[in-house]
Amino acid sequence: MSQDSSQDLRKDWAGAIDCDLHPRMPTARALRAYMDEHWRHIAEVRGINAWESIAYPPNAPLTVRPDWRAGGADADPVKAAQATLDRFGFAHAICNCLFPVQAFRDENLAAAFARALNDWLAEEWLARDARLRGSVVLPMQSPERAVEEIERRAGDRRFVQVLMLVFGERPLGKSAYWPVYAAAERHGFTVGIHAGSSYHLPVTGSGWPTYYLEDYAAQALGFQTQVGSLVSEGVFAKFPQLKVVLMESGVAWLPPYLWRLSKFWRGVRIEVPWVDRPPDEIVRQHVRLTTQPFDGPPGAAHIGRLMDQLQSDEMLLFATDFPHWQYDGDDMLPSGLAPDVRRKILADNALATYPRLSET
Amino acid sequence: MMLDAPLAPEADSVERPEREAKSRLAIIDGDFHPGLRQLADLKPYLPAHAWEVLTTYGMRRRHGMSFEPYPKSAPLACRRDAWPEGGGRPGSNLELIQRQYLDAYGVAFAIMGPLGISGQSEINLDLSVALASATNDWQRDFFTRPDPRLRSAIVVPYEDGAASAREIERCAPDPAYAQVFMLTRTGEPAGNRRYWPIYEAAERHGLPVALHVFGASGHPYTGSGWPSYYVEEGAGHSTSCQTAVTSLVIEGVFERFPKLKVVLVEGGFAWLAPLSWRLDKLYERMRGEVPHLKRKPSEYIREHIWVTTQPIEEPAEPRHLFEMMELVGWDRLLFASDYPHWDFDDPLRAFPAGLAPDRRRQILSANAKAVYRLP
Repeated sequence: MSQDSSQDLRKDWAGAIDCDLHPRMPTARALRAYMDEHWRHIAEVRGINAWESIAYPPNAPLTVRPDWRAGGADADPVKAAQATLDRFGFAHAICNCLFPVQAFRDENLAAAFARALNDWLAEEWLARDARLRGSVVLPMQSPERAVEEIERRAGDRRFVQVLMLVFGERPLGKSAYWPVYAAAERHGFTVGIHAGSSYHLPVTGSGWPTYYLEDYAAQALGFQTQVGSLVSEGVFAKFPQLKVVLMESGVAWLPPYLWRLSKFWRGVRIEVPWVDRPPDEIVRQHVRLTTQPFDGPPGAAHIGRLMDQLQSDEMLLFATDFPHWQYDGDDMLPSGLAPDVRRKILADNALATYPRLSET
Repeated sequence: MMLDAPLAPEADSVERPEREAKSRLAIIDGDFHPGLRQLADLKPYLPAHAWEVLTTYGMRRRHGMSFEPYPKSAPLACRRDAWPEGGGRPGSNLELIQRQYLDAYGVAFAIMGPLGISGQSEINLDLSVALASATNDWQRDFFTRPDPRLRSAIVVPYEDGAASAREIERCAPDPAYAQVFMLTRTGEPAGNRRYWPIYEAAERHGLPVALHVFGASGHPYTGSGWPSYYVEEGAGHSTSCQTAVTSLVIEGVFERFPKLKVVLVEGGFAWLAPLSWRLDKLYERMRGEVPHLKRKPSEYIREHIWVTTQPIEEPAEPRHLFEMMELVGWDRLLFASDYPHWDFDDPLRAFPAGLAPDRRRQILSANAKAVYRLP
């Protein structure tokens, strides 16, 4: 890349906050270095060397963009920064680890790996580039263990968010999870829900789809479920400061889902009296979405229609979803956004969503 | 055998104003639910052993309940004015159906979709097969014969593909049947090859396959477990529709059965355009995994999928609804009332002002003629 083109790029992107960047995950064996004596011993004796879910098959096209794959761009923070932060002049990037801690059926093992993973991120990535921020991966198999992990990491201001997957064992609005939201709210953490499954259950209500393509497509349905759950269970009435970020499953599905949810709520609201205003209004206040993958036809007409349907320019947060292959070249945002809306999406909305981001 | 709700809550004797005539439009309704007067209505159509099992053990559904796991907002989720004075469930009294719905609105045809004790979602496949078959005979004798405006559906015991194909073969020669009827929460996603005998038989007879929301798959209703509330189930029906469409397209059902028509019923429709975009984008990346597909997912959807409008989405700005109608395709939208359920869409009032009259006619009547087998 020439100096000139970098300067051009920086003109458009400088100061942006990338809300979804994925470091290449270490092996389970490598995480042993971040475990205490007991768990290191357990992992060694039981031969837990590799621990991979089917969520991102390493060789699948979507998992790493071809040009980034060739250069190993996600291998370490220096290379990742060259491909993203340095190249475009981003102010920050929030690192989301997709090592499948959530797939363990044993909550103690899950908690041990979550601790190791979060410590690994702090040391191998966050300590090596001051622009990087992190999400605390939670062992949601046990809300108690999840709260412990939040408390353990809360003092490290580089962590700005807690991270859970969109498909777990129960819908995320359930009161069993409320201690997690209480801890997140107490420490100013944003709650991030990312595409992915614990695979404790099939990803659809009709069982396991045949192809990976379908599994990935189904993630957007998981987000619809979770929006319905968080609203209907009254999470936002209970935790009025809470912000939830939905990551890596598109945005165009949201307005149609909210039209349905709000309509049903009008019809059957006696069932959920704590939902005291229309769901779409609650969602506009508390829920944010990252912009990659961006599903929709190209062109200004689509983005204009979408922004009009969302009825808010505060909900979208810029993300590269690096190194997943969601776009080619530098087409990180759809074209046709009004300049002021674009600026909000690139940075202002993220600053309003992640209180801990402004503290560091 | 316990029926799950009182058969006659206080009758609402208020007559609805006759609104008929003015419309002059031959409304075709893609979702009408007939009801049993009493369980014994099915007895003449059931083998003795099936009747014995049904009345001794009841229906045992794949979610562990004899009826539904989410209590509805009204008894049997029905309009309170739709309970016949003389007893029986809503949708069971032909005179009331005619007076309150068919005649009042000038409905030319209403396509039936039997729910409840119809064998679908039943764990015991032998009972499922027997009940589906009985339901098909019952619809024809109790409804289509006395009032040909009510068209029967071939209810299939879809978890048994071979038995379902046999049931289609048995019923299809009779013009009383307008469609094949499944539920969206199948035990495997709807495109799975275990269901292909159903699609093969439906295609052969030129019958559309309706996938109506509800059903019990044997899995939690979502990929993240069981929601707590009916409001979540109701809003979430569109996700089971999206699962079905995704599976039908990506498994290559429309390559295999190029004349197959599929109608998604009672899940609304606005979700269909965003789903098409998402699938197209993923197909572009990962077509190597699905070489049996020859075209973009959106093209299969545009050619093979229809959607009924009820319960119609209600954005604050009607223009948003019209935008999604345009994107889904004006020729793909079929009016449905869901009579006699509480969230009934009134054919004269469901669509917001501003919908062009020719579009309204298309949705209320013309489109359905290209889909259903009608006399």
